[in-house]
Amino acid sequence: MKAKDYLRQRFFPQIWCPGCGHGIIMGNMIRAIDQLGLDKNEVVVVSGIGCSSRMPGYVDFHSLHTLHGRALAFAMGVKMGRPELTVIVPMGDGDAAAIGGNHLIHAARRNIDLTAIIMNNSIYGMTGGQFSPMTPFGGRGTTAPTGTIDHAFDIVELAKGAGASFVARTTTYHVTEMIKIIAKAISHKGFSMVEVMSQCPTYYGRKNKLGSAVDMMNSYKEGTTTIGSKKKTEHPELIERGIFLEEERPEYSASYSALVKKSQV
Amino acid sequence: MKSNVKFIQGNEAIVEGALYAGLQFYAGYPITPSTEVAEILSERLPKVDGTFVQMEDEISSMCAIIGASLTGLKVMTATSGPGFSLMQEAIGFAVMAEVPSVVVDVQRGGPSTGLPTAVAQGDVMQARWGAHGDHSIIALTASNLKDVFQMTVEAFNLAETFRTPVVLLFDEVVAHMREKVVIPQPDEFEVVERLRTSVPGGTDYHPYLAREDGRLPMSDFGGVHRYNVTGLVHDMWGFPSTDPKIAYDLLHHLVDKLENRADNIARYKEYFTEDADILLISYGCSARSALQMVEDRRQRGGKVGLLELQSLWPFPRETVRAKCEGRSHVLVVEMNMGQICQEVKKVVSIPEKVYLANRFDGVFISHTDILQILNLILGKGV
Repeated sequence: MKAKDYLRQRFFPQIWCPGCGHGIIMGNMIRAIDQLGLDKNEVVVVSGIGCSSRMPGYVDFHSLHTLHGRALAFAMGVKMGRPELTVIVPMGDGDAAAIGGNHLIHAARRNIDLTAIIMNNSIYGMTGGQFSPMTPFGGRGTTAPTGTIDHAFDIVELAKGAGASFVARTTTYHVTEMIKIIAKAISHKGFSMVEVMSQCPTYYGRKNKLGSAVDMMNSYKEGTTTIGSKKKTEHPELIERGIFLEEERPEYSASYSALVKKSQV
Repeated sequence: MKSNVKFIQGNEAIVEGALYAGLQFYAGYPITPSTEVAEILSERLPKVDGTFVQMEDEISSMCAIIGASLTGLKVMTATSGPGFSLMQEAIGFAVMAEVPSVVVDVQRGGPSTGLPTAVAQGDVMQARWGAHGDHSIIALTASNLKDVFQMTVEAFNLAETFRTPVVLLFDEVVAHMREKVVIPQPDEFEVVERLRTSVPGGTDYHPYLAREDGRLPMSDFGGVHRYNVTGLVHDMWGFPSTDPKIAYDLLHHLVDKLENRADNIARYKEYFTEDADILLISYGCSARSALQMVEDRRQRGGKVGLLELQSLWPFPRETVRAKCEGRSHVLVVEMNMGQICQEVKKVVSIPEKVYLANRFDGVFISHTDILQILNLILGKGV
């Protein structure tokens, strides 16, 4: 099917600003689902609050737009209610790492079969550009006019440490890589966390003088490299992309099914 | 025949009622004095193919049961004051998105950590107004374990009927006392199942288009209708809208579907009310002491009666107004600083006749406490 066959065109135009990276992620999530050949009725997309979290409304799957930070908690109920469904959870960086940080680490710890796509634009966009826990040290926002003194989370390390069994990072510049990674994350049985670096030219770009959307996407091309590349050893400041972790571990809903069987003997 | 007589604790009666009503999914977080509900369900639910999950906090517990309800399951969580506070935002979501769910609040002393192991009834107003914004909600309560069982079944029935969260506002005394309970046979009590849409797949299903009777047929996540659920003001497809007419109609629908049926939803019991000059109004554990006081006075020829409320929200206005007519005194007995007393004053024709007999120090109010207060009111001294 074409990407537009997965969209609820009745609800367009979407709310994202011109140049926003989130539409690229939505398109690539759809392409990944299409490649996997999933039935639309078997997919549930659950989100919290923020720019990223408007995505479920636009896609023609079962969609649940919830509370700020709580997407993974609602998704836990959906997945445990009907474990055969594919549950995808797009989140923003503030949504996932600040107000929803506790749910993120606990979903990872349980290794429940959810796919968290963290659309990291380093800023709270919906509320007008405040710094987030993933704004780099010194980055500016409307609540950090001289640069934030908070240190940023490395969400990849956080997810690994918390117990996620699939952890990856990509950017809106690397579209074919993104489709492959999201498809793998969805297929993976266990908690998958995919960080996608996504440009916000309107707030983060403007506040930090990063140029246009194209300039910001080019900075993803220049500022990142594949995991373990030679380039990384020569330029340690580069951010690594790719799949950091892919492991088979007991998955929560499967463990629960086993518990049910055991309790009925 | 297998004996269905049990000697159980209040929290266990909640579990029995919930399972009788068809509970399939429970998510919760440990908290005194409701923890036994989770402990017992962790053992019972897997045996009936149900799901028990212990979450990282009460916020996620409420969120998880909403998610599970949308997949078509009957769901519940249980907590006490501090946890109930944390659940309020998600309870508001369940109100807005019209998701059937049951929330047990076993009340303890507050505010904050308060008196964790002591009894109180201080969450009455929080049950009504804990979530922000104009809305309505159903809250039921009970004073003995037979009624705890029955109100729990009714909570599930009302949640399904009205697509709303229902609060079971019990208290530490009722939850921790033990009584004999006869578990009804299947079919003895009505159990309302989820109303699902008959609209076939492929045609336009409107998840938020109410029928003439006010009910909204549902479709399970994973089924043939793919629709949007949101906490934003939304249209009949569940899609966000800022249209003033849509906002106005939606808020009216959410409030009217319960408030216009308040007398339908009203549940109460009466003891010696026919000829009573003095009417006591009480609920939950306080109603036990109120009843004992009334029975004692009756033996001495006192014309005292009791109206026991089993539904607190929507407030049974017409019932309370009618039952208070013509009494010399109305005495509201509760374990807070007058949360229901104020509601009674609002609806009666002579508010000056309404008095409060209460305790809020963690000590269970006794029949002698109530009598002392009544004697003071009557000018008889202590």
